[in-house]
Amino acid sequence: MNNMAAAAWSRKIGQALLAPLIALLVAMVVTSLVIMLAGASVGDFLSVLLRAPSNRNWVNIANQSVLLFLSALAASIGFRMNLFNIGVEGQYTLASYVAALVAGLAIFPGKLNILVAIVIAMVVGGIWAGIAGVLKVTRGVSEVISTIMLNAIAITMVGYLLNTYGQQYGQGRRTKPLSADSMFVGWVPFDARDGAIWTLGLLAVLAGVGISFLINRTRFGFDLRATGMNEAAAVASGVKVKQMVVISMVLSGAIAGLIWLPALFNGAAYYGPPFQRGLGFAGIAVALLGRNRPIGIAFGAVLFAWLNEQANPLGLLVGISPSVVQITQGVVVLAVVVAYEVVRRWATAREQKALRATLDKAAAASTDNDAKAVAS
Amino acid sequence: MTQQVEDRHEVTDTPLGIEIRGVTKRFPGVVANHDVDITIRPATVHALIGENGAGKSTLMKILYGVQKADEGTIAINGQQVVFGSPIDAIKAGIGMVFQHFMLADNLTVLENVVLGAEKLFGIGDKARAEIVRLSDDYGFDLDPDALVEDLGVGARQRVEILKVLFRGAKFIILDEPTAVLVPQEVDALFENLRELRASGHTLLFISHKLDEVRAIADDITVMRRGTTVGEADPKTVTKKQLAELMVGSELPSPQTEESTVTDQVLLSLSDVTLVDARGRQLLSDIDLDIRKGEVLGIAGVEGNGQAELVETIMGMRKATGTIRLADQDLVSWDTRERREAGIGFIPEDRHHHGLLLDAPLWENRILGHQTLPPSSKNGLIDRAGAKADTDRIVAEYDVRTPSINTHARALSGGNQQKLIVGREMSGDPVLLIAAHPTRGVDVGAQAAIWDHIKRARREGLAVLLISADLDELIGLSDRIEVILRGRLVGEFDPQTATPQDLGAAMTGGKDSAGEGGAA
Repeated sequence: MNNMAAAAWSRKIGQALLAPLIALLVAMVVTSLVIMLAGASVGDFLSVLLRAPSNRNWVNIANQSVLLFLSALAASIGFRMNLFNIGVEGQYTLASYVAALVAGLAIFPGKLNILVAIVIAMVVGGIWAGIAGVLKVTRGVSEVISTIMLNAIAITMVGYLLNTYGQQYGQGRRTKPLSADSMFVGWVPFDARDGAIWTLGLLAVLAGVGISFLINRTRFGFDLRATGMNEAAAVASGVKVKQMVVISMVLSGAIAGLIWLPALFNGAAYYGPPFQRGLGFAGIAVALLGRNRPIGIAFGAVLFAWLNEQANPLGLLVGISPSVVQITQGVVVLAVVVAYEVVRRWATAREQKALRATLDKAAAASTDNDAKAVAS
Repeated sequence: MTQQVEDRHEVTDTPLGIEIRGVTKRFPGVVANHDVDITIRPATVHALIGENGAGKSTLMKILYGVQKADEGTIAINGQQVVFGSPIDAIKAGIGMVFQHFMLADNLTVLENVVLGAEKLFGIGDKARAEIVRLSDDYGFDLDPDALVEDLGVGARQRVEILKVLFRGAKFIILDEPTAVLVPQEVDALFENLRELRASGHTLLFISHKLDEVRAIADDITVMRRGTTVGEADPKTVTKKQLAELMVGSELPSPQTEESTVTDQVLLSLSDVTLVDARGRQLLSDIDLDIRKGEVLGIAGVEGNGQAELVETIMGMRKATGTIRLADQDLVSWDTRERREAGIGFIPEDRHHHGLLLDAPLWENRILGHQTLPPSSKNGLIDRAGAKADTDRIVAEYDVRTPSINTHARALSGGNQQKLIVGREMSGDPVLLIAAHPTRGVDVGAQAAIWDHIKRARREGLAVLLISADLDELIGLSDRIEVILRGRLVGEFDPQTATPQDLGAAMTGGKDSAGEGGAA
């Protein structure tokens, strides 16, 4: 029995890994074809992409993985109940700005300031996403449309506020920088010049474990997953779907609010030119790649961060545009959706087989009984 | 009985019709069909019967080109055919009418029929003329410009049949066509089928309902465990013989024993009225009481308010009027509170309302019981508790599954239903709302579900039973109410009521009450 369980477990892992691996392979082949068509050398491309990362690269990959992970985690909460929160981009932009602004005012001393800023970022992200949730349940507005519009509003609004009230700094503007005691120094795994791993990377770990627990082990999580799998059945089982829509949008936005905070409190110190755009959209891709499961998302985030970081010197070293990895990233997401479906069907077929075997055994037993009954 | 079944083999001289010889289909590790032999004579109604999982659907899929047989041959009018896809099958004149209608509600009959077959007669007057011609020829009485959403179940089914005729089908496979119909509609359908047969169409009729098979079929083939186990002559074979061929055991009947009705009213509805967004009355002034230990059956043509009544009691729809459970007023309670108060719910459509198909069985055990032990504790899901209780249900309700980690989708309909019944019976419910509890379930599972309902009734459970199977209603109920256009229009005593009486009341026909000599 133990053996069987172990076998089933390893099969499950195999299935989970199989699809992303196939997808990655397909994506590499497609990218190679594009590079060949463009007349460049695939060998060069691969040698740059697969070279051993330098110490500095490693630190960057780790830090970028954290941001991508949080972004994908935020998107995945909505996805688990078929709620397409495309608005992570706007949510974390607004949340990052407000958090940086408030933290810059240094109302609270030292590290407490950071804690308050984290809470504020979550609240702002949550409210911004919650607007889309409320619109959906009260007015029937598709969350896809409303979150995309809210992205535009948030980004424009932050730009306006920064330009109007921000501090002049070089060519641009910024929020008031944090005082040094409200910053982290991070963890320096190599030399100081290679950079530090951001302390608030811990947020990713906490959020990942927390969301995983919430979704898999709590009643709320069950209701959420049930709604995603079969809304009608969830309603019949007593789930209040409207309430769930708003709560999960708010939760998704709250996690989105965290995305850029590790960078803010470790290197940036203010909202302004160092702010990293586009993480919200990249997160959607990573969530799809990771099948909306925290573990899968973690792998996906590392893969994307690796591709981004390793592709940086492509232009410099072999004269290929680093943008080419965006083709890899795009294709990998497209391919993984197909691959997951293929693997799912294969798994279903296996399950059917097991079921048949069980039924056949039962049938054989009853035939034996029939035969005995006739004989006697 | 087996001898009597064997001696119908000589009719095979004629090469016309469909001949299936030695068809075998293996899926990895299993044999879904083996050595299937069927001869379908031209211009006949040929019935194919068998329990769920007997291999009927696989055979249908092979015949319709969805799957390829590994061995054996299929010949149509003496010509061997191999279908790569349903398109090939349609070209060869085979049409299929699925059990679940595949119609777009917001399109007209004409639009539904031409959809995907625009090349045949265009989408304009020529197509309309063809539809009118077919409808007139076979007595379908369909208006090409009617919206499908305004049509009843019987008419929708005729649209499905019209669709395959429009595509030129000469051989029509009907997958459990009567499952959704009331007796009067079944009669009308059979009239249509006879017209089709008279005009040279060949019909393969798949069914569970043995009476109907005997009424309409010219030949009967019985399948069991993936192979054809016998043929029978509908004129001479008895229902019991057919059932025994199908299952190798006796046909169960839903007879209740002595009454266990008490005088304690458990569920009481008064003046319940439900109006939809467009102002139509879906339920009008419903008054009903169910006592402890009583099974109240609701008979009615599908779409007359049964689903709305159930959803109102479950709190999924908000109606006016009062609903009381024992001495509590339920009106302001939501679905979850009602479930927590001990209402079990077997939904009409298990895939739609009852299961998470892509979740393992043990998670399906939790569905609807998220807040109740043993599946939940302090806001957390109690995995161990849920799994242990799923094991209990699998054992007690004979759910055939390799494990409780199997996904619900993998199970056959009967086993899915047994899981739902087991789930809804757990936690000592006081009231069970059972909508079509044995629909699409094989004979063995049906008997088991009936037994469970009867046992729970003896223990004081109140049951609201909604069923399209009048034998089931009459057999299980202590009292039957008939629903028509959202109103309760008559009460019957199942001891004296016949299916014909009920059928007349269900369709609003007053005339047949006298001639049937009913209670």
